[in-house]
Amino acid sequence: MGKTIAEKIIGEHAGKEVSSGEIVIAKVDVTAVQDGTGPLAVQQLEKIGLVQAKNPERTVLFIDHAAPSPHKDLSNAHNILRGFSKETGVVLSEIGEGVCHQRLVESYVNPGDILIGADSHTCTSGALCAFSTGMGSTDVAIGIALGKTWLRVPETFKIEVTGKFNKGVYAKDLILYIIGEIGADGATYKSLEFTGDTIENMTMSERFTLSNMAVEAGAKTGLIASDETTRKYLEQQGRGDKFRPIKADEDAEYALIIEINAADIEPMVSAPHTVDNTKTTGELKGTKVDQVFIGTCTNGRLDDLEIAAGILEGKQRHPDTRLIVTPASKEVYLQAVEAGYISTFIKAGAAVMAPGCGACVGVHQGILGDGEVCLATQNRNFKGRMGNTEGFIYLASPATAAASAIAGEIVDPREVL
Amino acid sequence: MESKLNGKAWKFGDDISTDLIAPGRLFHLRTNLPELAKHVLEDADPEFPSKVQKGDFVVGGSNFGLGSSREHAPTIIKIAGVGAVLAKSFARIFYRNGINVGLPLLICDTDQIDEGDELEIDLSTGTINDITKDIKLTFKPLPDVMIKILQDGGLAAHIKKYGDFNLD
Repeated sequence: MGKTIAEKIIGEHAGKEVSSGEIVIAKVDVTAVQDGTGPLAVQQLEKIGLVQAKNPERTVLFIDHAAPSPHKDLSNAHNILRGFSKETGVVLSEIGEGVCHQRLVESYVNPGDILIGADSHTCTSGALCAFSTGMGSTDVAIGIALGKTWLRVPETFKIEVTGKFNKGVYAKDLILYIIGEIGADGATYKSLEFTGDTIENMTMSERFTLSNMAVEAGAKTGLIASDETTRKYLEQQGRGDKFRPIKADEDAEYALIIEINAADIEPMVSAPHTVDNTKTTGELKGTKVDQVFIGTCTNGRLDDLEIAAGILEGKQRHPDTRLIVTPASKEVYLQAVEAGYISTFIKAGAAVMAPGCGACVGVHQGILGDGEVCLATQNRNFKGRMGNTEGFIYLASPATAAASAIAGEIVDPREVL
Repeated sequence: MESKLNGKAWKFGDDISTDLIAPGRLFHLRTNLPELAKHVLEDADPEFPSKVQKGDFVVGGSNFGLGSSREHAPTIIKIAGVGAVLAKSFARIFYRNGINVGLPLLICDTDQIDEGDELEIDLSTGTINDITKDIKLTFKPLPDVMIKILQDGGLAAHIKKYGDFNLD
């Protein structure tokens, strides 16, 4: 019987052939924590007297969720990470460097790796064909110290997407559509494999958007076979030598196969308060928006900012709609400055933030008021997510977000493209 | 860990996210877990943190604990004194985290349990006795690996005990 991508990668790291359902101890290549989960990971290692890192150069502590710190307790939490980095020699990603998932794909993760990260959107790196999954602080702490973890080899759902998107439809609309179809817990414990010519024709950035949101269907990871696009991306990031082509065997066994025609998809929005509560922009047309947020590990990359800037160029945000733009990383920010997108945003009335998670986590930089509506390019719209249980969060693509910022209400981006 | 647990049911709905259990607006309390525990689940039920008694049970619907990987969520449920969380299904990361911090998570048909029901749970036999309703429910046994971690008092204690994974 052939193997899925998950079975291949986990098997390599367990030192034996594995099949879905098995529980194995697997070697871990990259480990990551962020400022919300890292301090607890460090405290756990201190508690059991295991203050060490197996692979310090591929262990990264990210200060991105509350960066720069908006609170003295968080400043002290950040110092726990800085201290651990000095003591063990692991990498520290400081304020301003960007969101962990974006930094991981830019600089640390390669095809065939296993990455465990103490952040649920660690599945983003699955687009590089790395088995990457989110875990809690203690699991990752042990991974940091010992260089291994225990894993249940997941069953796989194959999601085959064919055909071309209509104008105004993007990878974000596709993944929102998929989550709406399979439900917020439809793929719990499963691995997703995104395949088909639509995926093959996507840029890496678009693929990251898909893999990023695999967890919103409950999945453990969202994998994409590594191909020429992957190779070119790694070359551009200075890691061309790390490329390996990996794909599932033709006769791999899937728990479910879902076929989607890209041409059937319209611009999508997830309405409050669950990601699977998906609607078309048409169904929500006219919903007043108090705040638009463009950024995050889902849609804060250069091409996302390019799409948004293209729509906002020479325009103004609606007077009753605030606009916040947060590039996902320093690299993205610099490129966006050079391309002129940042001045377009500022001239359109946006508040541009330093790279990081920004408003998405509900800590700072855009907390909603009571009854307020935010249209965001992030991945999650749970009640309370943006710092106020009385807020209402809608999720959409950068194009829908930018067009809605001008209109002051949810609109179909095709009206302005 | 005691194998017999007794307490009252606190009923919650489907899709109780980690944002409702340990809100992002209290991010700064993550290095002060006893303080964060005073707010556990308050965004889902404002009375819960002040009224929950040691040994009580959190009873959810499907996909309990979805969202963020924050281990603080099951940890503060445990600190609040909750004996176990019962749900029709759990989100993956929360499930793993719960076991890692030594909080029993039981998958069962929670539709049959109502707010305030007195429950008696036997972890070793996998049974839930709803004393108020005089009905018996069973829960799905945990995978062996997780039973081992839970019995050792969580993952950190397991690794401290053996210096490595010892899950065979």
